Amino acid sequence: MTRYSFRNMAELLALAGNEGLSLAETVIRYQMEAEGKTRDEVRAKMAGRLKIMRSAAQKGLTEDVRSQSGLVGGGGKLLEEWRRSGRGLSGTVTGRAIAIATAVAEVNAAMGRIVAAPTAGSCGIIPGVLLSLEAEKGFMEEQLIDGLFTAAAVGMVAAKQASLSGAALGCQAECGVAAAMAAAAAVEMAGGSPEQAAGAAGVALQGLMGLVCDPVGGLVELPCVLRNATGAAHALAAADIILAGVPYYLPFDEVIAAMVEVGSSLPASLRETGTGGIAACPTARRLVAHLFSGEKDRQRIKD
Amino acid sequence: MDAFDVIGPVMIGPSSSHTAGAVRIGRLGRAILGEPPVRAEIFLHGSFARTYWGHGTDRALVAGLLGFDVDDERVREALDLAPAEGLEVSFGEKDLGDVHPNSVQLNLEGRSQTVSVVASSLGGGQVVIKKIDAFSVDMGCELPTLVATYPDRPGVIAAVAALLAGGGINIASMRVSREAAGRQALMVMETDQPVPPGLLTAMRSLPMMERVIAIDPV
Repeated sequence: MTRYSFRNMAELLALAGNEGLSLAETVIRYQMEAEGKTRDEVRAKMAGRLKIMRSAAQKGLTEDVRSQSGLVGGGGKLLEEWRRSGRGLSGTVTGRAIAIATAVAEVNAAMGRIVAAPTAGSCGIIPGVLLSLEAEKGFMEEQLIDGLFTAAAVGMVAAKQASLSGAALGCQAECGVAAAMAAAAAVEMAGGSPEQAAGAAGVALQGLMGLVCDPVGGLVELPCVLRNATGAAHALAAADIILAGVPYYLPFDEVIAAMVEVGSSLPASLRETGTGGIAACPTARRLVAHLFSGEKDRQRIKD
Repeated sequence: MDAFDVIGPVMIGPSSSHTAGAVRIGRLGRAILGEPPVRAEIFLHGSFARTYWGHGTDRALVAGLLGFDVDDERVREALDLAPAEGLEVSFGEKDLGDVHPNSVQLNLEGRSQTVSVVASSLGGGQVVIKKIDAFSVDMGCELPTLVATYPDRPGVIAAVAALLAGGGINIASMRVSREAAGRQALMVMETDQPVPPGLLTAMRSLPMMERVIAIDPV
């Protein structure tokens, strides 16, 4: 019999509450149990994921990465230069978070190595939040690893009750869930309770409720890359809202259920088909027509 | 579902279905061929055909055929690396009929074998093999998988099952299909434990056995 299994946030909070654990610690114990591994092994595996997040961020902040289509790239570097200039408007943590989130999402678009968190299309949000808190607030490596386990707790709860695919439920299930995971992580890292972490996840997800999946040309580039940046800023806002003590009443499981309901009622044009939303803007259509006219440069065979 | 499914997988972007899944399909194609391919005709279907270029689906498939893993940074350069690795590749588009939108047919040629594989990428890096040559299959390859071809005669399944049982290997699923009664048959088995080389040799030396391929989860 497994001791640390859970089906939803209510069960996870009860588990954590009974033993006075954080969400991060509960999921570490879940993972040790599931894999039959020691604490050190499980933490080392997560440290490996953090390391890959760091190198993706470093690459995107310092190199002029470009996607195959040329539609995105270089944004992380520009944002980093802007932040360093001291003229940024959104403040130290958020300014850094949007630069890192953009950098990581651009590395993904440019066929670099990333950690899907929870998906490849939303891979910049969690590194954006965690690495900016490290740089600006002095959080240590071990706290970041704990933060990734908190994020995993929220992601696992979401994945148990909903699809995390934009094609199934829209971008709310990718960038929305990533922002919820990041917000919860930030709250626990800052010393918040499991209930507060779940609350921040709910605030983040409700703020992105209904977000559609509308990739231009079907590529994970526009609007995906910049949604990682705005998603990271959004997650930090949700964390602050809860840490400040603003009352929030909705259980996270109900917010997830609402997301499933909303996602299921989205028309196909807004679920990763590249036909609605931003993808349908006249300029986006022109970009795509231009892109695909020059694509057939390789020897092709007919069957 | 665990923590490393949502903080993971580690992969080469940009898309778990169109890139990571495509690398896995290529790797499985190579495993089913049973040797490094020297020629590959790749036919893209549906969404794979429409968006392969921006997602690097073509590079990802070739990377898998070269044996690269989903997080290998050489995935990006796979098309340029293929000639040096002795792999000649050509691409086309093809309507594969009633299959998942992210599907592909790989016609593979090695030094001694050829095989045609149809596979689909279901999302999140999950893939399924739908066809091997003329046989319809449904292989997720999440577990160690054995594929065997032999003339359709009584006793083959029992002999294979007995060998595996003797080696302490538990069969998780088994599916047999055949061209027609008495013609060639194809058996797909998933096992809970990897099948050790000695047991594979024993299976291959069963009198009626033609080919036995062991596919490790990728």
